[in-house]
Amino acid sequence: MEKKKVILDIRNVSVSFEQYERGFRKRKLPVIRSLDVTVHEGEMVAVVGSSGSGKSLLAHGILGILPYNASMSGEMLYDGAPLTKERQKALRGSEIALVPQSVAFLDPLMKIGPQIRKGKKDRASRERLNDIFRGYHLKEEVQEQYPFELSGGMNRRVLVSTALMGSPRLVIADEPTPGLHMDMVRRVMGHFRELADRGAGVLLITHDLEQALQVADRVVVFYSGMTVEDASVQDFQREETLRHPYTRALWRAMPENGLQFLPGTQPYVKDLPEGCPFGPRCEACTEECRREIPVRELRGGSVRCVHAT
Amino acid sequence: MVLEANHITFQYKNTNRGDKKHILYDFSLRIGSRERVGIAAPSGFGKTTFCKILAGYERPDRGEVLLDGKPLEAYGGCCPVQMIWQYPEQVVNPRLRMRRVLQEGDGIEAYILQGLGIQEDWLNRYPAELSGGELQRFCIARALGKRTRFLLADEISTMLDLITQSQIWNFLVEEVERREIGLLAVSHSMPLLEHVCTRIRCLEEVSS
Repeated sequence: MEKKKVILDIRNVSVSFEQYERGFRKRKLPVIRSLDVTVHEGEMVAVVGSSGSGKSLLAHGILGILPYNASMSGEMLYDGAPLTKERQKALRGSEIALVPQSVAFLDPLMKIGPQIRKGKKDRASRERLNDIFRGYHLKEEVQEQYPFELSGGMNRRVLVSTALMGSPRLVIADEPTPGLHMDMVRRVMGHFRELADRGAGVLLITHDLEQALQVADRVVVFYSGMTVEDASVQDFQREETLRHPYTRALWRAMPENGLQFLPGTQPYVKDLPEGCPFGPRCEACTEECRREIPVRELRGGSVRCVHAT
Repeated sequence: MVLEANHITFQYKNTNRGDKKHILYDFSLRIGSRERVGIAAPSGFGKTTFCKILAGYERPDRGEVLLDGKPLEAYGGCCPVQMIWQYPEQVVNPRLRMRRVLQEGDGIEAYILQGLGIQEDWLNRYPAELSGGELQRFCIARALGKRTRFLLADEISTMLDLITQSQIWNFLVEEVERREIGLLAVSHSMPLLEHVCTRIRCLEEVSS
């Protein structure tokens, strides 16, 4: 990965929501507290976290499509320059492609074909789309149908096709495969991998660590709105090469490693503990862990834990 | 107790695709109360359909399902064969609070909620206010009523993260062992089945 250009560099980003509670009293709900992710050219990075850890907001933050009551701070660099509102607007849909989490992102009033071709009617785009659809077992007549006429799995494949249409430099795939059969999942993942091998950066957001390990180059582990570890896929072959206690717990919970049990649940953003969010479930938790913990480099990756060695 | 499916044959009617293919053809399986049987099969084999037939949601075209030699209809009240579905959001009434959803089960005891990590606060929420993993815990609890003798788990942990998956399976295995509930687990993950089950049956596509 040496010398590869950094496409996307996210440093210490946080996202919070403004909520009303009881009448007009407002409060800020920090959903993402500190997030660091880097994506290089030709690299597939998986952001792995359990549901409710704020993963989808990351995707929406990069594209500038957060809801109106969300605010964002921190640094986001695309191609070395800050990702401003204007740039987000210019890049999304062309250089940056999103495969959204929900099929509700499709326009219900637009036929599938024109929707994916973005209205283009030239021969090249038509053929490109036909090729992609054949690969996903979608018949040509699907292009003449509306989203409501398709099954959930078909709409899912249509969503993935949108990312393959252009030649994006950065693909953000937000849980792209729920509801698909295993062989289709493999095919979709294979296509993302292909995009990466052709030089694009791919950011895969998922809860499925096992799936991520099959295709990605690096895994960023997310817990309660914080990145806790950045590790290469090879680091997951053994528990000892992993750095953060949460990542190790994930490793032990994999069926092939014993399906071991970690009691407790991830804290809800409203009642987060001071310092390390994993503290209450961690055996090694000490007084130091109750303070703010910086990310530090460790053995070729990075970790947010004072005890990791 | 023994749950047996004898020579089950099934095909869906009114499909708008002209091909009438048998989903299941002459399929038999026997599960004892102390067994945990895993089924691994390619997609489209009819694993979910088979679970539905076992739990009495569908009737087979040919063949029979017997619980201790008697058909399921012979057992009154809550069905002793309970199924846990793959997509929890599709099997809870969206207009009921979770407390009411649980009451649909057959006297769910408090320790089950605890074992599955269900928080007191969740009971007052509606299904839309819970994540998939949280909802699935309720669906599992609901299936573990007093009269449940067999449990069919159809890909119940695909939407869960690894840690939740391990929590839920650890609890389930312990619970079915203690209460001598027979378990049928369907999953695409062989390592998971190998870990959870006492016996695994791998199936090939039917050719008819």
